[in-house]
Amino acid sequence: MKGALVPIAMLVCLTACDDMSNQAKQRHYAPAVGPAAVPSNTVEYLDRPSQAPPVTLELLERGQERFRIYCTPCHSELGDGHGMVVQRGFPPPPSYHTEHLRQAPVQHFYDVMTQGYGAMYPFADRVRPEDRWAIAAYIRALQRSQNATDGDISADRRGALE
Amino acid sequence: MPAIFRPSANLAAAVTLLALAGLGVGGVALWWLWPRTDYARHVRWPVGQPVPFSHEHHVAGLGLDCRFCHNSVEVSATAGLPPTTTCMTCHSQIWTNAAVLAPVRLSLASDTPIAWNRINDLPDYVYFNHGIHIAKGVGCASCHGEVDRMALTYKASSLTMQFCLDCHRDPGPRLRPKDQIFNTQWQRTADTASPAALMGEYHLRNGRRLTDCSICHR
Repeated sequence: MKGALVPIAMLVCLTACDDMSNQAKQRHYAPAVGPAAVPSNTVEYLDRPSQAPPVTLELLERGQERFRIYCTPCHSELGDGHGMVVQRGFPPPPSYHTEHLRQAPVQHFYDVMTQGYGAMYPFADRVRPEDRWAIAAYIRALQRSQNATDGDISADRRGALE
Repeated sequence: MPAIFRPSANLAAAVTLLALAGLGVGGVALWWLWPRTDYARHVRWPVGQPVPFSHEHHVAGLGLDCRFCHNSVEVSATAGLPPTTTCMTCHSQIWTNAAVLAPVRLSLASDTPIAWNRINDLPDYVYFNHGIHIAKGVGCASCHGEVDRMALTYKASSLTMQFCLDCHRDPGPRLRPKDQIFNTQWQRTADTASPAALMGEYHLRNGRRLTDCSICHR
């Protein structure tokens, strides 16, 4: 009888074994004390002031990529405001090619992305400040593309259109 | 004295012994095989969710990019599960009275996140980072399958250590050109750069370091 005690105790210990797939840890989204208050005289990280970077081809390509992810569902690839979600009933946003928006400063597009406008939600939580500038630059390129003249095409590429 | 057993009992005894042995072997085989089946691993098994969100409708139907909702996937360990405001970006204006979206509206009104149920769960002793896989040319579909064909979302791969190692030992054939990473329908064609060329483009010298224990177990 005494001899059986040790094996039985070992078997009982084995019941505590698992494969450690789920380990005790602090869940960092567990609301311990509610949302943290933003200290005075500070801004939230994503809303730090940001200066417009110089326009480069790299910036425009980044802007095009980000525009296609976050903007085309409503504004469409052309920027005319007839995106797929608008076709499904979302209130149409204005076209970028109106005189009003063609005259608007780049800062306007940046601010709309940061704060939202009308039915459009803010995108500050999804698009980083650098990317917002890139998208704004790409919107400028879109506006130019819809009002381009022969003079905008370099001489060596003009033949491709004829 | 008459015989206790008739001659046919010989057969019964043999069959019984064989059946017992078979039960033993079969039992062990089942015990070993069962956790390795797709059924036990919940592969291709849609998980119930508070809102029956359809990736098929939103991705294939509307053309939303993965990153519209999973916006931290390129720079973070986690792909990012969208907050309710991401849903409400559109659903504040369309399908505003749909009963199926009631939990979304309640979530926004009560400032409480929707408690989605996890579909892909790696063991806690595995380190996994989405950002580096995207940066090195691994497409979403390589692990998550054709998400744009999922009316209800399910786990598409076993996500076992074997599954990870299959690729870590020989990543080249699974790499994609940079502009096809988020295209779940992409297939390698004759024009695609060779696996070796893609390895070079993404600065993966060879697979040797990718199989170090500490790459995944930190």
